[in-house]
Amino acid sequence: MNVPAAWYLVLAAVLFGIGSFGLLTRRSALIIFMCLELLLNAVNLTFVTFARTLRDIGGQAAVFFVMVVAAAEVTVGLGIVVTVFRRRSSTSVDELSEMKG
Amino acid sequence: MIGAAYAIPDILAFVVSALMIVVGAIGVLAVRNPVHAALSLILTLFGVATAFVAQSADFLAVVQIIVYAGAIVVLFLFVIMFLGVDRSDPVRVEPLVGQRALAAIGVVVTIGGLVALLASSHWVTGAIAVSTSGHPTAVGAGNVRAVGTAVFTTYLFAFEATAALLIIAVVGAVQLARRERRMDREGEA
Repeated sequence: MNVPAAWYLVLAAVLFGIGSFGLLTRRSALIIFMCLELLLNAVNLTFVTFARTLRDIGGQAAVFFVMVVAAAEVTVGLGIVVTVFRRRSSTSVDELSEMKG
Repeated sequence: MIGAAYAIPDILAFVVSALMIVVGAIGVLAVRNPVHAALSLILTLFGVATAFVAQSADFLAVVQIIVYAGAIVVLFLFVIMFLGVDRSDPVRVEPLVGQRALAAIGVVVTIGGLVALLASSHWVTGAIAVSTSGHPTAVGAGNVRAVGTAVFTTYLFAFEATAALLIIAVVGAVQLARRERRMDREGEA
């Protein structure tokens, strides 16, 4: 018998917590993108766990779509990072404050 | 909660994947050099792939390694080396006072809330799907067939929408990279 779903759910919650801590505290846009990947993976792990527990393949299909969206997001996001870096030779998100009200 | 009913290989797979995931995730945060952070991210992604295999999501485990470790992390490394961001951002400096403490409190409250929510429902999470009439999700080649059937029938519209999304993303990335180069050329002329 496989281990209880709750173990994997708690593991996904811990991964989500670590990722969101990095998202809230780090300054480099690249590291923030990596933490975003951690968050997406935590949610994917939850999806797969529920797909096994509830015996519904829809959870795995949802993970497939999340991966596609993550790939698109990283492509555009890193393009923006490269463009910003060319203009001001820095990837720190603290310096992008022109739109501050 | 650890009873004799659980098979040793399943427990072993869980422990190995949990170690890889947590160590890699902490590495992403703790390491100074962005290249090392990307390599720690690979460790986490492999841990998640291990967890996928342990939960009979074979197709997704393969896609996880090919797409994430093979494409996304390589893209990260490419950008890191392209920009030459070997100089790491100052971790010690804390521009907002108390930001880290507040973030830690928020994270602990979130995780604690999630676990408390699970525990308060006696670790029971939902009812078995009616659509599969209670059969466990297939493994191996059957898993690929099951995911393919779901994607190309039930979720066909979402699948077509992802095609449009990917085209838009590619065009956007090319546009972001191109416009800057044309302006450089105008500056030179």
